[in-house]
Amino acid sequence: MTTIEGLDVQKVRADFPILTRTVREGRPLVYLDSGATSQRPRQVLDAERAFLEQHNAAVHRGAHQLAEEATDAYESARARIAAFIGAGPGEVVFTKNATEGINLVAYAMSNSSIRTGLGPESERFALGPGDEIVITELEHHANLVPWQELCRRTGATLRWYSITDEGRVDLDSIELTERTKVVAFAHQSNVLGTILPVAELVRRARAVGALVLLDACQSVPHMPVDLGELDVDFAVFSGHKMLGPSGVGVLYGRAELLAAMPPFLTGGSMIELVRMEHTTYSAPPQRFEAGVPMTSQAVGLGAAVEYINDIGIDVIHAHEIALVRQAVDGLAAVPGVRIIGPQDLTDRGGAVAFVVDGVHAHDVGQVLDDRGVAVRVGHHCAWPLHRRFGVAATVRASFHVYNTPDEVAALVEGVQAAREFFGVVS
Amino acid sequence: MYQEIILDHYRTPHGAGLREPFDAESFQINPTCGDEITLRVKLDGDTVSDVSYETLGCSISQASASVLTDLVVGRSIEDSMRVLTAFQEMAQGRGQVEPDEDVLGDGVAFAGVARYPARVKCALLGWMAFKDAVVRTAQTQDAAQTQATRDPEEAQP
Repeated sequence: MTTIEGLDVQKVRADFPILTRTVREGRPLVYLDSGATSQRPRQVLDAERAFLEQHNAAVHRGAHQLAEEATDAYESARARIAAFIGAGPGEVVFTKNATEGINLVAYAMSNSSIRTGLGPESERFALGPGDEIVITELEHHANLVPWQELCRRTGATLRWYSITDEGRVDLDSIELTERTKVVAFAHQSNVLGTILPVAELVRRARAVGALVLLDACQSVPHMPVDLGELDVDFAVFSGHKMLGPSGVGVLYGRAELLAAMPPFLTGGSMIELVRMEHTTYSAPPQRFEAGVPMTSQAVGLGAAVEYINDIGIDVIHAHEIALVRQAVDGLAAVPGVRIIGPQDLTDRGGAVAFVVDGVHAHDVGQVLDDRGVAVRVGHHCAWPLHRRFGVAATVRASFHVYNTPDEVAALVEGVQAAREFFGVVS
Repeated sequence: MYQEIILDHYRTPHGAGLREPFDAESFQINPTCGDEITLRVKLDGDTVSDVSYETLGCSISQASASVLTDLVVGRSIEDSMRVLTAFQEMAQGRGQVEPDEDVLGDGVAFAGVARYPARVKCALLGWMAFKDAVVRTAQTQDAAQTQATRDPEEAQP
């Protein structure tokens, strides 16, 4: 079934109950939408259930036994996730999702920019008119809109690297300046599959003293990522794209930065000393986790990391790259199909977006859906990128460890069927 | 879902293209997929005398706009809104609403779309543009009337 040594895909599939169901009148499900959300193995579901049945309590409050056990489970999950990404436990903040992680940083910077009642340590996060935030044209809306909003609130200017026809970042399109305060970009495009040149972008950001935020939503679930080694300041990713639960994501921040950064959300749990007139805040990561956090979800994400570690993230990556190779080659061979993104697999990961001449992406998706093949259609929350390529919508296939070469073949056959159905076969 | 009638309208859309003159124009987008329609309405008294449009969208949204022109051009505004309501009820009916062919004509072909909630917006995009454009013509007329009634008063010292 697969050519990757050390991976038995059928055995893996047996861990994912949902993959055995049928859709649209008895068709076996071919799930090729893991870039939107991945499916969860029984081990993750069991971990959540076991936590809730045996240890559930509000974490970081109360001294009873359940509270201790719940806190221990929550913090153990944090430590396991931190180790997985090359971070210290104190550098991992649990958020609702990656979007909240980016907003947390943007609002902390916004709060710093108001400059009242904050210590001098927050000055490095302050922005004003003339300052710049730099992103790229391929960003997910989650790594675009929060920065637009931060610019609107502070008077800073948003600039971006443009994207080449091949789907790579055009590093010559803009120059960073001494006024560049933040450089934020995706590790891997959720549409094109392009892996961005992190080291070069970090080097350029460091040269002007800018902070770097990495959107790692499409990289951490699919390939080995060591955030310490990448030397980024912040990074975000979500649990539900890495075989874990929804409702939990991670903001990574370098310890020294989190220690200096003011909070975004305030309230219970994140305090040190509260008086009617004034409050001081706890050390990170608690400073950024106001209120009772998601708990069974964090435990589930810890279990997902354990599941991935048991298989090996490098094995998963090799498997997915083989599927991407098959998908890119198979689709490119279908007349009228144009792949949006690099066909060269150098610095490329597992999202394959394409258009079919004469058939709208929705219609391709519908024909695929009727055959049991679940893909994403539309702009995939990267509307400016689609505009850049002159298309309103694309079809996107994306993979995870449980996908098989047969499923990629079903995708390619389905695309051919869509062309036939809409009569664009010459 | 893809009835032959829908594919016919998709391949040979009726009334496509933007035409002058028109009384009001509406631009609608489907934010989930980025599909767009620009639709113009021309009225002759209370009658819809022309609907012209340009779409960037899937077969469902294009065919739906084509069917719309067949169903509303030549009708009174009141009648066309009745058709619109019937079409919308069918499309949003999750397959539970039995469409009336006497009212909806070729529009009944879209009954199958109701079973695909993600596509309902596609089928309704043109209709929402039509509704919006008709409302705009009324606003334009109201404004013109208000202007006409107000002007003489304002002209007084």
